Amino acid sequence: MASTKMKIKKSKSGGYEVMVLAKHPMETGNRKDKKTGEKIPEHFIENMEFAVNGEMVAQANLGTGVSKNPLIGVGIPNAKPGDTVTVSWVDNRGESDSAEKVVK
Amino acid sequence: MKRRIFLKGSLAAGTLAVAAGAGMLTPKSVLAAAWPKAAFESKTEVEALQAFFGTSDVEQSDKISIKAPLQAENGAVVPVKVMTSLAGVEGIAICAIKNPRPYTTSLRVTDGGGGLYSTRIKMGQTSPVNCYVKAGGKLYMASQEIKVTVGGCGG
Repeated sequence: MASTKMKIKKSKSGGYEVMVLAKHPMETGNRKDKKTGEKIPEHFIENMEFAVNGEMVAQANLGTGVSKNPLIGVGIPNAKPGDTVTVSWVDNRGESDSAEKVVK
Repeated sequence: MKRRIFLKGSLAAGTLAVAAGAGMLTPKSVLAAAWPKAAFESKTEVEALQAFFGTSDVEQSDKISIKAPLQAENGAVVPVKVMTSLAGVEGIAICAIKNPRPYTTSLRVTDGGGGLYSTRIKMGQTSPVNCYVKAGGKLYMASQEIKVTVGGCGG
């Protein structure tokens, strides 16, 4: 799906870095709907998991303190060209998305 | 397909309770690690550290570097990048101590992960941003104050 984008770049400290941009409102539950005056309920990504060739290497835990459209970067020092990197996330409503890229 | 099974497994993992102890990953519990709710809901940093790392005994480390603006243009989007050269990284956490809930985000790392985590956080007001790294069984931290003129917690 196009709502999660990934980039893999070489890391200065060796290995690679994965950058993920996930389209998500990350609502805190404090904002009010301007028309109704009602509070917009919390809606945020909870866990975002990173895997290399199917094995999880990191799990990012997000909450309402993370900005809208989270831009998350994680190091994958042992990845090599040809490895498949997958990112998948799930939010507090059980909605989810994922993306996959091969290291060049 | 292997990928679909992996995704199914990790999505279902949210419903599994984490075993005793902290919210850290051990190789076996990796796929079962639930979202660290207690840490996110903590009103104090000490409670949050206990909930996630299992300890709040921390020492300063010059092996943790923080890349973040000294002044945030917009409190709703404050970029913070934590890098560390400490060996055996197990987890990283970022706390904006003046936020109503100071614990903003964390990263659990297994053998294949590294000592780098970058994100964008919301800050309600000027505050020190404390970056914690658990490595080799010990908890370390570095801190940087970020000035905020336009708060970003909403409401």
